[in-house]
Amino acid sequence: MTAPAPAVTAADVATLRVTGKQRRADGVLTLDLASPTGGRLRDWTPGSHVDLLLPNGLTRQYSLCGDRWDPTTYRVGVLREPSGRGGSAFVHDELAVGDLVGVGGPRNNFPLVPSERYLFVAGGIGITPILPMVHQAELLGADWRLLYGGRRRASMAFLDELAGYGDRVLARPEDEHGLLDLAGFLGEPRTGVRVYACGPAPLLAAVERACAGWPPHALRTERFVGAELGAPTRDGAFQVELARSGTTVTVSPGTTVLDALAGAGVEVLSSCRGGVCGTCETGVLAGRPDHRDSLLDDDERAANDCMYVCVSRSRDPRLVLDL
Amino acid sequence: MTTTARPTSAVPTSDIPTSDIDPFSHEVLEDPLPMHAALREAGPVVHLSRYDVHAMARYDEVHAALVDWQGFQSAAGVGLSNFRYEKPWRPPSIVLEADPPRHDAPRRVLQKVLGPRALRRLQDGWAADAGSLVDEVLARGTTFDAVASLAATFPLRVFPDAVGIPQAGRENLLPYGDHAFNAFGPDNDLVAKGAPRVAELSAWVTEQCRREVLAPVGFGADIWAASDRGDITPEQAPLAVRSLLTAGVDTTVHGISAVLYAFATNPAQWQRLRQDPALARVAFDEAVRWESPVQTFFRTATTDVRVGDVVIPEGHKILMFLAAANRDPRRWPDPDAFDLSRDPSGHVGFGMGIHQCVGQHVARLEAATLVTALARRVRTIELDGPTKRHHNNTLRAWESIPVRVTLD
Repeated sequence: MTAPAPAVTAADVATLRVTGKQRRADGVLTLDLASPTGGRLRDWTPGSHVDLLLPNGLTRQYSLCGDRWDPTTYRVGVLREPSGRGGSAFVHDELAVGDLVGVGGPRNNFPLVPSERYLFVAGGIGITPILPMVHQAELLGADWRLLYGGRRRASMAFLDELAGYGDRVLARPEDEHGLLDLAGFLGEPRTGVRVYACGPAPLLAAVERACAGWPPHALRTERFVGAELGAPTRDGAFQVELARSGTTVTVSPGTTVLDALAGAGVEVLSSCRGGVCGTCETGVLAGRPDHRDSLLDDDERAANDCMYVCVSRSRDPRLVLDL
Repeated sequence: MTTTARPTSAVPTSDIPTSDIDPFSHEVLEDPLPMHAALREAGPVVHLSRYDVHAMARYDEVHAALVDWQGFQSAAGVGLSNFRYEKPWRPPSIVLEADPPRHDAPRRVLQKVLGPRALRRLQDGWAADAGSLVDEVLARGTTFDAVASLAATFPLRVFPDAVGIPQAGRENLLPYGDHAFNAFGPDNDLVAKGAPRVAELSAWVTEQCRREVLAPVGFGADIWAASDRGDITPEQAPLAVRSLLTAGVDTTVHGISAVLYAFATNPAQWQRLRQDPALARVAFDEAVRWESPVQTFFRTATTDVRVGDVVIPEGHKILMFLAAANRDPRRWPDPDAFDLSRDPSGHVGFGMGIHQCVGQHVARLEAATLVTALARRVRTIELDGPTKRHHNNTLRAWESIPVRVTLD
């Protein structure tokens, strides 16, 4: 029995169009991404990142820094990293408004937990996940402050947006103020405060040292996103072998594994079709999935023992599923 | 109970179809299908004059409203009562009756605690429990009430243990849930019927949510551990446990009743399942689509929201008929058929979007293990006398399903 097209299609969530590209500071730009059909994107929470599958074959993680009340647009901030392997350079130099990019996630390894008081520390492009967090803290009426460092004022993005928060935000360019005064900003260890920090490794190490005497779980950090991912993803078709029946199904680029399976008469129960609810979890016996869901954390992804066939694909030419 | 004046009715300046039907009358609760069909055919949005709410009964509109948390909020209550103007009967749920950002942290914790990966450790034990329950029932005879013997028994055997609440007082779970789901409807006789016991049942449920009362291993302990890590606050932990006890029992009981009734009245589908027991999960979801144990939920417009030609005014309630959407012929071929060859994926019986049933994987596991255990021993199952509905303002439920089975 064939059902009519579902209300949410994989194309809506897995491939997005660049709808805006704007310079924010020296070496920093933002990309706006939207569905080619203009539909809703998958929901996200502050601290989330997406995997961008760039047209040059590289995959990069970027924090979402836009407005979650706009369900049709994602915004990411991208720093040009001269030492990188070409992901950020590609975004800065090649990627243009109108281009299509594959998107995995969003996933959140850096969620904002409930608290009445927050201290945020951001270094450089580490401001991106913090930006929606301070917005949320403000919305909740929490008592919060942000210490934001960068090399020079001209290299620090979003200072204009942050200016609206007045003296809750301390912007401290290094060439004017020297290294961030973490001890002065954090003060004495105390309960009831959550410290969130994102930025380069030396800054995070300094924050961790400064928070050594704080209660457990007071500090939450995230390394710079934009991290290099392992194997490149595949643009082309791949084969899915079904271990129990011995059938092999070809998944072409424009089709989800879920739909390819259904086309071959193998129905896998699903629900959200967006990698969110977990209903279509399928065991993986061989091959490495290209995980694009919002559910698995990094360790679970690396185990390669299951996948969500509504959105996830394959890094290898052949996947063997427990079906 | 109204504490503030409601806004004046924003009724229809345009020609929205209007109906004066009462979806919560006993006549409709006994058989809501004709009303669902009439509302679907009347238009994408129908004004229900009796309660001054805008109702949606078609799949596309219900689905769109469910996922649009920005336009249709839950924090003003997901029942008829508007928390902007009326005091809720109990402290609101921190997931069901919350919006982002407050909704984020408790939802994230429950999603992990009840996620498919967390359930793997329960799978084998539940399958064994289901097998012994089926053996016990069949040892007593081949005619029995599928509700009392199976549907109302199995979830109460495994779920409270999984949460980690003590044995004593478990008989309070079903009446508490029944009242909670009645309370989403109007203040009618069904609510009045539950009122005398509300204080007593609420106190018992609140007591079970305390860390000291919960077993050291289980969903309850996992929730409290999350509060130790600061993922939720210690004030939120008992309310998160309460959500499991409110939403995790009656719904599953009625969902299992639904799938058993479906098989008892569709013998060819039972044979299909017997031939291919892997269909048990699909069978449960098809039954959830077909019967929709949770029939309705409300939302409240956060701004003037346009749906087709209609504007839902800010602050006004909408009523989403999940059950009607799940049988909308615009979405489902031959919607009234219970058919295991159908792909029921995408039904809205568990809702959709950020508030989609966080316990759906638990429900599927309970139902699939029981149905699988039954299929292993029972060759045929058919009705053995008149069935009886149980009326609830939100739930589609059975009081009694007498069945006769033959064994292998």
